[in-house]
Amino acid sequence: MTPDAPYEIRSAPAGQAEQQTPAHVQQGQPAIIIEGLCKKFGTHIVLDHFNLTVGKEENVVILGRSGVGKSVLIKCIVGLLRPDSGRILVFGKNIPDLDHEEIDRVRAKVGFLFQSNALYDSMTVRANLEFPLRRHWIAIDQKEIDEMVQEVLDNVGLGHTADMMPEELSGGMRKRIALARTLILKPEIILYDEPTTGLDPVTGREISRLIVEMQKKYHTASMIISHDMGCVKTTADRVALLIDGKCYTEGTYDALKRSNDKNIAQFFE
Amino acid sequence: MASTSKFQAFLTETGDIARFTGRYFVQGVRPRFEIGELLRQCFLIGYNSFPLVGLTGFIMGLVLTMQLRPSLVDYGVESQLPVMVGVAIVREIGPVITALIFAGKIASSMGAELGSMKVTEQIDAMEVSGTNPFKYLVVTRVAASTLMLPILVILGDTIALLGSFIGVNIRANTSFTLFFRQIVNSFNFGDVLPAYIKTYFFGFAVGIIGCYKGYYSKKGTEGVGRAANSAVVMSSILIFIIDLIAVQITDLLGIN
Repeated sequence: MTPDAPYEIRSAPAGQAEQQTPAHVQQGQPAIIIEGLCKKFGTHIVLDHFNLTVGKEENVVILGRSGVGKSVLIKCIVGLLRPDSGRILVFGKNIPDLDHEEIDRVRAKVGFLFQSNALYDSMTVRANLEFPLRRHWIAIDQKEIDEMVQEVLDNVGLGHTADMMPEELSGGMRKRIALARTLILKPEIILYDEPTTGLDPVTGREISRLIVEMQKKYHTASMIISHDMGCVKTTADRVALLIDGKCYTEGTYDALKRSNDKNIAQFFE
Repeated sequence: MASTSKFQAFLTETGDIARFTGRYFVQGVRPRFEIGELLRQCFLIGYNSFPLVGLTGFIMGLVLTMQLRPSLVDYGVESQLPVMVGVAIVREIGPVITALIFAGKIASSMGAELGSMKVTEQIDAMEVSGTNPFKYLVVTRVAASTLMLPILVILGDTIALLGSFIGVNIRANTSFTLFFRQIVNSFNFGDVLPAYIKTYFFGFAVGIIGCYKGYYSKKGTEGVGRAANSAVVMSSILIFIIDLIAVQITDLLGIN
């Protein structure tokens, strides 16, 4: 599929899950196209000809057991890891072919929420949020920066924390600040690496709802790595199941939940 | 068998450090230059190390003077005490002790800081934020350490000589002017310049090893601790090796 080709959703293996493609996804051009992606570490094959397409303004959850390569997948998308073969088209640009400057231009449109939040612990919340702005938007003035910082902090409900240090925040608050740092560049795609891991169920639900709210507000496409079924249910327009390095199947949450396939059903028990 | 694999590991690590150093020079001359971060690191490294370097220098000068005095008294050359202490401090003890103190403080802090940033994915986050983490974290720290150590050595030597002056005056009565004039008059080009130049190499070695150990620390808190520890050990050994090479070079060039 070329970057300009009409968006098509790939069918799951026959009989495994019913396909229900959201209407808005069918209309737009895809934000991410992954074709034949392979990645191995030594002799351990992590991704084996993985294929997936993410539409604009679509939330796709990658579901899979621990250690199957979900985080490797999104690190390949943002260029933190180099795949062995295959194509990763983000806005039509093949990430493995890009040089450092080109990849930085793509990264300005792609937010990444790390599993560990990855807040800079030597900086205040404000400095954490200013950091990507100053790196990507060099010409921006301080007044604009202040306004944008306050806006994203208000959006994640933590407007009062600008001058606090990350260590002073709770786990849920850190996750919100990490999300605010991701949102401040107004990305068109956000990649979430297990956004609810390590949080209590209530905070996990709050973060899941926040992801959906922010997706609607900022009109982003999202790829969410998770094995928290509550988060999957709340956030997913579509779920892709990663097993043995391949996209085993994909479909809506409800469709997959109805499946009799034991590989799928084990996640919904 | 075990010694062979240890030797292989040593060679591999030496190669990795050489490549890391090469990358430092390549990245260091390419824009964008992180001047703001470089100045911040210079301040942090220099300012934070100064109290320790100053205290160590003062005690070193004082103790060295008090230890040397009895021997010089025995030979009847007590008047040469300022000259002997001055030359010893400026040529050798000052640069090496200051560099070792610096390695203990800065290499461990670089190893631990970068190691912890690596473990908590902050380095990846920086890269995703459109920042070259090697340039922002490593180039600035190594450059700051290279620039700051010579300044700290000058300050440390000065404080050590002040300590020595106090040491001399515990048992004798020497004026400040006479003491320092005696030291300065005894110095020549070969005493000061090689000692000063080698401190740049000490600073560079401390920065490179501290950053290398942190940047490539293995996952986990144990890895961070190990990175900090081995950064100090390896940079301290490198300081002695560089010192040995520097002495050989100055000897060969006849500027002793």
